[in-house]
Amino acid sequence: MYEAISFISKMMLPAILVFIPLYAVFRKVPIYESFIEGAKEGFPTAVSLIPHLVGMMVAVAIFRDTGALDFYLKFLTPLVAWLHIPTEVLPIGILRPISGAGSLAFVESILRTHGPDSFLGKLASTIQGSTDTTLYVITVYFGAVGIRNSLYALKVGLWADLAGFLASWIICSLVFAS
Amino acid sequence: MINYIWLFMILSGVVAAVAQGRVELVTTAALNGAKDAVAVCIGLISILVFWLGMMRVAREAGLLEKLAKILRPVAKFLFPGVPPDHPAMGYILSNMSANFFGLGNAATPMGLKAMEELQKLNPDPKTATPAMCTLLALNTSGLTLIPTTIIGIRLKHGSADPTEIIGPTLLATLIATSIAVLLDRYYRRRVFKNH
Repeated sequence: MYEAISFISKMMLPAILVFIPLYAVFRKVPIYESFIEGAKEGFPTAVSLIPHLVGMMVAVAIFRDTGALDFYLKFLTPLVAWLHIPTEVLPIGILRPISGAGSLAFVESILRTHGPDSFLGKLASTIQGSTDTTLYVITVYFGAVGIRNSLYALKVGLWADLAGFLASWIICSLVFAS
Repeated sequence: MINYIWLFMILSGVVAAVAQGRVELVTTAALNGAKDAVAVCIGLISILVFWLGMMRVAREAGLLEKLAKILRPVAKFLFPGVPPDHPAMGYILSNMSANFFGLGNAATPMGLKAMEELQKLNPDPKTATPAMCTLLALNTSGLTLIPTTIIGIRLKHGSADPTEIIGPTLLATLIATSIAVLLDRYYRRRVFKNH
């Protein structure tokens, strides 16, 4: 099953890269010129994201690296323990929406100390894989078009992250518990 | 909300540093954060240039319209406010497909193109539209068939079965995405009823 999915996923990119130009030539599109025309937008778009990402990532770094994060983690640990969720994965759950690299560092430390095939290792992997870095996505997507008021998008993203975290824990407990 | 989160992170960071008597932590963290952010943007340049070029070819060949036509029921269900033959739809659906099939690199350029097209339909360019919020809900909940990054990391740490987590991850991400879509619906009705 995995081999099949993995094969499809590996073939996806080459297939797309062959299919798009081939189909476009067939439809008499000047493919090279139109590629260049579209590609021109890439640089200004990336540059226009710099202020948004700097603003967000500076705040995240200050929060994470000064020990403020640890303080809130300590605060939340009893609650998580009360729910019988392993407290080791709490930092992953808290960091996942605000810093993808930050939560990945905690996943790696769990994989290193407990092993990737331990219950904790599998749980950490599942949490990391099941949601995205909400704050980053919101910053980049709304930043690119200059939206100031993001309405309820952040709230929805954060609730979904919590749902992903709890779902990972429940599913892993059912599937992997010894 | 984002204003308060921003203030909260900076303020609590500064307070924490002062409480430990190590104010210099704030400066280091801020400079490192800024450096990382620029590095992320530099990394995005190559991806955006390449994929936006490719997407232009696909668009001029009419492939995006084709994709929108094939996935019309999905599009209509998720984005009732966007005209089904609007160019935004093609980009939205290619963004969703790229996410699902694990082409994370390609998903961002397509998503940004979708935002650009949705912005053209926006009567108030400073405020998000319901369609934008739905697109964000789908992207922040990270629906993907195979979590390739984490499998790679498990492999690196010598896992005997790195792919064991695919099933649980897919199920968890399905739940997260469903919740995101439901909540998006709920808030959309609540916010846009009053307008």
